[in-house]
Amino acid sequence: MTTPFNGIQMDRVLFGDNQFFGVNHMSEEKARAQQMRFQDLGAIIDVLDAAYQEGIRTFMCTTHDRVEQICDHFRANREKYPDYRFYPCMPYAHKYANAVTEYGMIDTLRKFLPDDGALGAMLKGGVALANKDVDAILRLLIDAEMKMFHGLSTPVIFIQNVITDLLLGLGMNVCFRTFHDHVREKYGAEPGFITMNTPKLLDVLEAQGIENPIVCSNINKIGFRMCGGIEAYERMIATRRFRPVAMSVLASGAISPREAIDYVCRQPKIESIVFGASSRGNIRQTKALIDELSPRVAA
Amino acid sequence: MIGLGKMGLSHHAIVNAHPEVKVVAACDTSGYLTDVLSKHTGLKCHADMERMLAEEELDAVVVSTPSKLHAPMVTAALERGLHVFCEKPFVLDAKDGERLVRLAEEKGLVNQVGYHYRFVGAFQEAARIVRSGALGTVHHVRAEAYGPVVLRPKGGTWRTARTEGGGALYDYACHALDLVNFIAGKPEGVTGVVRNSVFSRDVEDEIYCTLLYGNGASGQLSVNWSDESFRKMSTKISVWGTNGRITADRQECQVYLREPHAALPEVDTGWTVRYTTDLTQEVWFYLRGEEYSAQIDYFVQSIKARRLDGENTFRSALQTDQVLGMIVAGGSAAPGPAAAGPATAPRGVLARLFG
Repeated sequence: MTTPFNGIQMDRVLFGDNQFFGVNHMSEEKARAQQMRFQDLGAIIDVLDAAYQEGIRTFMCTTHDRVEQICDHFRANREKYPDYRFYPCMPYAHKYANAVTEYGMIDTLRKFLPDDGALGAMLKGGVALANKDVDAILRLLIDAEMKMFHGLSTPVIFIQNVITDLLLGLGMNVCFRTFHDHVREKYGAEPGFITMNTPKLLDVLEAQGIENPIVCSNINKIGFRMCGGIEAYERMIATRRFRPVAMSVLASGAISPREAIDYVCRQPKIESIVFGASSRGNIRQTKALIDELSPRVAA
Repeated sequence: MIGLGKMGLSHHAIVNAHPEVKVVAACDTSGYLTDVLSKHTGLKCHADMERMLAEEELDAVVVSTPSKLHAPMVTAALERGLHVFCEKPFVLDAKDGERLVRLAEEKGLVNQVGYHYRFVGAFQEAARIVRSGALGTVHHVRAEAYGPVVLRPKGGTWRTARTEGGGALYDYACHALDLVNFIAGKPEGVTGVVRNSVFSRDVEDEIYCTLLYGNGASGQLSVNWSDESFRKMSTKISVWGTNGRITADRQECQVYLREPHAALPEVDTGWTVRYTTDLTQEVWFYLRGEEYSAQIDYFVQSIKARRLDGENTFRSALQTDQVLGMIVAGGSAAPGPAAAGPATAPRGVLARLFG
């Protein structure tokens, strides 16, 4: 039994963006070298083009300020990428975290919300947030993050793990429902949830009536950042009803590519694998391994 | 949960997810936030800490308020017999710190400060290697912290108010100094203090100083929270000894040994690099980094085991406060004849302004 929206088919291979923005879980030096290389938009587009030529048509990317320029490129060259899709992951949390340190929590909210709205006025007036305001504020924040993707295909929209897991820890479970509903209602897209705590999140999503959710989390052979342990993840993937997307499959390079991809492809039901790479050679190798080792299913 | 700012919310999420802990109540003066949390999560919220402590049945508190409030709030909690986890820096005046160390120890209460870097695998590895003696006689340590906090001349939170424990000294430098204490030991003196503003009106944005050890070893502290080239706070520590050196940051631990050492048989001559993927211990709940969860779990386990001499105790954090105090004073007397620098460090213009 699937709901109509669950019909959105995801590609087997999704292209990630960590390498473009200086995120590297192994080495700060490597992260900086990547930042230098990719400060030129052309260098990013070259890598995305290489991935496209290898058959990777989905770019799963943070709502980093620079993604707006990438979006501009794809808008200006639609004929070159007729079937290209973005999976936005919101928000780019450091933008907010740094602002909270500088302005405080409420002023940060004011800064990121549209100026003209009634909500902005309410916050400015210091009115306490009532029930429905949280819902309304979340929807406005989602819209603000989605602006850069206007006119592009965004069939799946993710909420980033730092926010998912903060809300999960706080018990602000109703926010997941709001995110889910807004993504479907306003964008006709399928909501996705990135988390480091999949077992706990699945329970909460289920309780919110969110069925068969797309959940993206670390799934790798060495159990790196798989909270609850690798056995719990394997059991969960085998038995729970959700649509797993595997990230950090190479554990930042701690596992050899063949071994890493082989492990993930052996887990039943994993729909998609997201990975990032900077060279055509690495993209080709990883894509070829996923194609080779994935179980054969009817297309 | 006392205080629900950036760190308070993060701690609350982690504590709330801990299977052995029940969050009974929280307090914060922000009505917006407590309204939202109580409505949507059922959390019982207070606006007044004294009232919360009087009315609720508690075993322990987590204090995540602006730094100047730590001393009175920790005092109140300890006097009621509660175990205390306090956000860093511990307290702004080392005299308060000494009093609170005594109070917690007299009452046999678990006390911990949130220097989370001590729970990062790569820094723990660095501490293990330095303490093993494999680097030979340690003669220099360098601690650095950079990040993009204040990038323009404005800002109106307590972090930019000097009297409330704001500024890069209490937000960034304290972490770097605590790592120095953890990995290389507490310096006995401080000289050559520079505390400059880059953008801020009221607080320093960069801090540099020389650290002095009684045996003649030295150190350098270099901290700047107005560096946009870093995506987020980045902290690094290096230690040089007669038999090699080590450099560690959150991601990796790089060691160079000139000769093999009996205390560290698994490390060969030359470079050995270990990464976070290898050094990190799994946690039950992940938010922002394993270390934040690990330190909370450590606090919980300390309470269960009545462990009073663990990691990051008030006593240990007080040592960091004492070094911060030397920096605030613009330097200290040099520790011994072997150390470089004048017997009394001259107070520069900036030290006068800020000190």
